[in-house]
Amino acid sequence: MNVENGIHDAHYFVPHPSRWPIVGSIGLFSLAMGAAFSMNGFVAGQWGLLFGALVIIWMLFGWFGDVVRESVAGSYGQQVDHSFRWGMSWFIFSEVMFFAAFFGALFYTRVLSVPEIGGTGFTNRLLWEGFSAHWPFATGPETTAYHTMEADGIPAINTMILLTSGATLTLAHWGLVAGNRTKLTLGLLATVLLGTLFLCFQAYEYHHAWTEMALTLNSGAYGATFYMLTGFHGMHVLVGTIMLTVMLVRVLRGHFSAEHHFGFEAAAWYWHFVDVVWLLLFVFVYVL
Amino acid sequence: MTTLAHEAHHAGHDGHHAPAGWRRWVFATNHKDIGTLYLWFSFAMFLTGGLMALGIRAELFKPGLQFWQPEFFNQLTTLHGVIMVFGAIMPAFTGLANWQLPLMLGAPDMAFARMNNWSFWLLPPAALLLLISFFVPGGAAAGGWTLYPPLSVKAGMGMDLAIFAIHLLGLSSIMGSINIVTTILNMRAPGMTLLKMPMFAWTTLITAYLLIAVAPVLAGAVTMLLTDRHFGTHFFSAAGGGDPVLFQHIFWFFGHPEVYIMALPAFGVVSQIIPTFSRKPLFGYVSMVYATCSIAVLSFMVWAHHMFMVGLPLDAQLIFMFITMLISVPTGVKVFNWVATMWQGSLTFETPMLFAIGFVCLFTVGGFSGLVLSIAPIDTQMHDGYYVVAHFHYVLVAGALFSLFGATYYWLPKWTGYMYHEGRGKFHFWWSMIFFNVTFFPMHFLGLAGMPRRIPDYALQFTDFNMIASIGAFCFGFGQLLFLYNVIHTIKGGVGKAPANPWEGAHTLEWEVPSPAPHHTWETPPDEALVRKGLRAQYLEGHDD
Amino acid sequence: MLKICTGNVHVSRGLLALMLFGAPGLGMADTRMTFQPPVTEIASRVSDLHSFLMGIIIVIFVAVFGMMFWAIFRHRKNLGHQAKPFHESTTVEIIWTIIPALILIAMAWPAAKLVISQRNSAQPDITIKVTGYQWYWGYDYLDQSFGFKSKLLTPQDQIQNYGPNAPAKDAHYLLEVDEPLVVPVDKKVRLLVTSNDVIHSWGMPAFAVKQDAIPGFIRDTWFKANKIGIYRGQCVELCGRSHGFMPTVVKVVSQKDFDTWVAAKQLAAKATLFEPGKPITKEALIEAGAKVYANNCAACHQPDGKGAGPFPALAGSKIATGPKAGHIHIVLNGKNAMPSWKAALSDAELAAVITYERNSFGNHTGDFVMPDEVKAAR
Ligand code: HEA
Ligand code: HEA
Ligand code: HEC
Ligand code: CUA
Ligand SMILES: [Cu+2]
Repeated sequence: MNVENGIHDAHYFVPHPSRWPIVGSIGLFSLAMGAAFSMNGFVAGQWGLLFGALVIIWMLFGWFGDVVRESVAGSYGQQVDHSFRWGMSWFIFSEVMFFAAFFGALFYTRVLSVPEIGGTGFTNRLLWEGFSAHWPFATGPETTAYHTMEADGIPAINTMILLTSGATLTLAHWGLVAGNRTKLTLGLLATVLLGTLFLCFQAYEYHHAWTEMALTLNSGAYGATFYMLTGFHGMHVLVGTIMLTVMLVRVLRGHFSAEHHFGFEAAAWYWHFVDVVWLLLFVFVYVL
Repeated sequence: MTTLAHEAHHAGHDGHHAPAGWRRWVFATNHKDIGTLYLWFSFAMFLTGGLMALGIRAELFKPGLQFWQPEFFNQLTTLHGVIMVFGAIMPAFTGLANWQLPLMLGAPDMAFARMNNWSFWLLPPAALLLLISFFVPGGAAAGGWTLYPPLSVKAGMGMDLAIFAIHLLGLSSIMGSINIVTTILNMRAPGMTLLKMPMFAWTTLITAYLLIAVAPVLAGAVTMLLTDRHFGTHFFSAAGGGDPVLFQHIFWFFGHPEVYIMALPAFGVVSQIIPTFSRKPLFGYVSMVYATCSIAVLSFMVWAHHMFMVGLPLDAQLIFMFITMLISVPTGVKVFNWVATMWQGSLTFETPMLFAIGFVCLFTVGGFSGLVLSIAPIDTQMHDGYYVVAHFHYVLVAGALFSLFGATYYWLPKWTGYMYHEGRGKFHFWWSMIFFNVTFFPMHFLGLAGMPRRIPDYALQFTDFNMIASIGAFCFGFGQLLFLYNVIHTIKGGVGKAPANPWEGAHTLEWEVPSPAPHHTWETPPDEALVRKGLRAQYLEGHDD
Repeated sequence: MLKICTGNVHVSRGLLALMLFGAPGLGMADTRMTFQPPVTEIASRVSDLHSFLMGIIIVIFVAVFGMMFWAIFRHRKNLGHQAKPFHESTTVEIIWTIIPALILIAMAWPAAKLVISQRNSAQPDITIKVTGYQWYWGYDYLDQSFGFKSKLLTPQDQIQNYGPNAPAKDAHYLLEVDEPLVVPVDKKVRLLVTSNDVIHSWGMPAFAVKQDAIPGFIRDTWFKANKIGIYRGQCVELCGRSHGFMPTVVKVVSQKDFDTWVAAKQLAAKATLFEPGKPITKEALIEAGAKVYANNCAACHQPDGKGAGPFPALAGSKIATGPKAGHIHIVLNGKNAMPSWKAALSDAELAAVITYERNSFGNHTGDFVMPDEVKAAR
């Protein structure tokens, strides 16, 4: 796009050799080994998990620290800025596809497999006689009884929270573009708080579901898709909140200018993406 | 020409930027260094996966169990598939993209140089996880590279290591692809519009797009596998409302685009080589671009042709059959355009050209056997048998791998600054060509006659062709050591220094910089006149609007 | 040496066929390199369709690569040929998009018709439930209410032939079972295919039938064999260590023979593991259990109970010498790679095999398990 616009940094910024990637790889390797071993009954694996997690955190601080320093030092020209935009867009696209896999699983079980197992065909007559399917209560012949999540209550509140947070974030952005620091800071702060609130509600919801509603990962196709979809979404909210918190800190340090603030925008894009996923979740997991 | 002057001025100062010793490689942010890493890694994986293939072929030399117990045979098959696909072929193409894209587009480096390093350095840990898995209780994953549950849910710890390896590989692919897409969209030299990029850039772009779309889907699939294994979910078990076939749908939604991920960049390479040695511009550039795009679009809509035997509803079976057949049209357009490029050319047959011609012939054979497989009722006879094995080795080995050999010989002078030994290159080609066919052609017959794949032992009527295939495999395999020799020989000086452009018919930008390409190239974009000069030669006036 | 010689014959045959890629379809009736002779209408149609496709494909191949090799031989630089720099033509692009599309339609039409008949399993004369087990097939004649398991007959010492003096292999090496599926000729047989553990696939090349056996689901297929005889195929979906040792054998017989066979089977189905009326003793359990063990468990845990690789030893195993309940539980429900035997074995068989394991291979628990205990634990 820029090529047509003729945007070419005189010297496109190419970072110096960096140790962070290899540090990250070591961290992930250790996480993977640790997870594989601890899932198979080797307690020592947990040390691998711990070590890996610490290394990853170190890497994140180091790497993003470098990026922030470079950005503040003005190394990133316009073309680099464009690269970041493309990069972030494609990253979000990959996230969309990740969620698509789980949504696909949800639709497949709801529309195809559960009805077949509980239907009237040979599958039911010869293999699962006596089982009749009712989404979301009885999703499989060998699932034990559980309660399902109602859409009103916490999920509805959480929907409101996320929608509001999208608005406050946009306010903050307007503040940034208009050079209104107060609006920016307060908007961002509100967004972070709303995100945290969302997470608290979700933690409560999970706890309640697990302990009092007998709704676990084990609760058939419903339990599995419910926890995997909302769980991965929750993780993304967590990441988004952390990103926004970092942005808040950077705002307080006076990092962004009205023209040059892609870090902020990237976090905002991410946040809006997480928002949209939630809306789909709300409709397909809770309401329908 | 200012850029080149600038280049020369800089040449002496490279030391500033590139730390020496191991740091140069481990901390690398230079696209050429990272490309080199990718290529060596992939070759090492090719030897490893090939060694496993030899294990398979040794056991299948005659009926009865000779060398391995069945579990270990299944581990060999599985890891052979995983390592060849994710370790050998895919990283090789990413390596090529790394080396060539900035050079061909006139960019100073990849868009995200530091992330580029991470994309590479996630691969060795993943490979390590796979290799370690041979030594954990229960051994490596043994459920086939397709990891179908419930077999993979019941498997031992090796499966977890494979799952995590796939996570890392996926992460690497996604980051690598984002880098490629961004580089192509954002870093082209002035004057190089999308429809004037070299064909290799186009196919790489579409490939990267496919990868960003499907690698996360695979990650999701194996994550569900992991939770089914350890956390009590029932995605793939009817007892809880799931379905083993669900995994197959998700896997192949990834898996079919995946096979084009291994084919499209090969098409790109061949589309560079054939015009060069035909001394003609690529015929039908624009329709090649459209064909590439339609292949990409169609590849999302055909996945269930791997599942004709699971008992799909009739209408699904018909639709997937029709759309699969349709992919032959854009692929055919490519084949025809290559032939038309050679038609009335002024042909010479250096090693890259030989591999490219070998590619076109044998890939088409593989494509035709794919077409036969896409006919659902015929697939009844072929599915999960050696006809399928023959099909995919024709498109993968004689397809993807041959194009990689071609690419290596083609660009080796640029990478090393030296010319390879033409005679040995040609020998490598003919050796590979002959023994490839000796290995894999008989597998068509085995498949027709009903030999299932993934078996360590077989009924007596399959003996003869298996023996031929095994002999071919060993010859083919050891022939690849010659390739290794050729490459090392060239690095060490080859048959002499290579000029900036050793090929009479090559016009893309990488041939404008000296050989070997200096550590930093195009630090400022090449000026438009230079770009246009190359483009004019590439596409001629008609295209130069 | 003999092997090598026949090998050579096939090299030349193979090379011949290499030139005529379509040879298999064109009637070179060597079952080593082409389809088994079809014995169902569908299988003949599949074979014909394949020949038809190969014909078209060979023509395209020769045409396209004829052009290419013409260029390779005539348009060479060393013959002084000058490049003609034409490089696009919308007309030819359209032509070589449309013509292949038309060819594809010509292929798709008969293919679609064949798919439609192939998938039409309605109105069968006889319905059989086929269940895949690791690693054998179970057949249940639903209308006649009896069933049996069909297991590989090839002896282990023919398979494990490391040594120079390994025994010669039978003609139907790996393709012989103790009890084949028996069906009447010229009758539409519908198979309801499922699995007890992992995915298997029931394949019979001579019938052009292949159906994956998906655990938890019933998928159906059918065939109507038109010739009396014995037909052989193999499991065609990777299902674990003995995937290669899981043949499918079908015996097609006349209606009269079929009826006699069914009657005998129904009678036998009434007999039980233990003599009716007599009390079940520990010795009887162990004796019966030894057979059940050899048939079902020895493949993994080995005949001597010592285990192998990932399969644990039962000799001295904590579970096999510990409390009965734990032992019953793992055999009933399985664990990881250990299959569940709930569906595959009866209460009596399970009681017998568990008792056998607790009192063999050097295990001396001295106790025994009665069928009722197994029933209660289900
Ligand atoms: C590079 C990788 C690659 C490529 C490019 C292809 C290309 C194709 N493949 Fe293949 N395939 C694999 C890799 C690949 N495949 C792998 C790895 C598997 C096995 C996976 C596993 O189970 O482990 C597989 C399996 C596979 C199956 C499943 C078989 C089974 O398991 O039962 C099918 C079925 O439809 C299929 C079909 C096709 C088709 C129709 C094409 C088409 O794209 C081919 C198109 C090309 C041509 C047709 C030739 C050129 C065209 C012309 C000259 C034009 C004129 C032609 C006509 C008008 C006909 N493939
Ligand atoms: C992607 C690319 C790719 C490549 C390049 C290859 C290359 C080869 N493949 Fe394979 N193959 C697959 C992808 C590939 N394969 C896949 C996806 C499967 C399916 C897996 C599954 O079923 O799950 C498969 C399955 C497969 C099977 C079926 C196994 C079975 O069903 O049980 C066979 C059998 O012959 C086979 C053979 C070969 C051979 C002989 C080669 C040869 O081309 C290899 C030649 C190379 C060498 C032999 C290396 C040379 C090395 C040395 C000489 C030693 C030196 C070593 C060191 C110094 C370490 N492959
Ligand atoms: C597919 C191969 C397979 C077959 C066939 C098989 N088993 Fe197992 N068995 C296993 C595996 C693997 C384990 C280990 C399970 C684990 O702990 O993860 C096991 C464990 C056991 C154990 C527990 C041993 C211990 O100490 O942990 C018993 C008892 C047992 N099997 C009995 C049987 C019986 C009885 C049969 C036949 C009716 C049988 N097995 C058939 C694979 C098999
Ligand atoms: Cu059963 Cu393969
Ligand atoms: Cu495919």
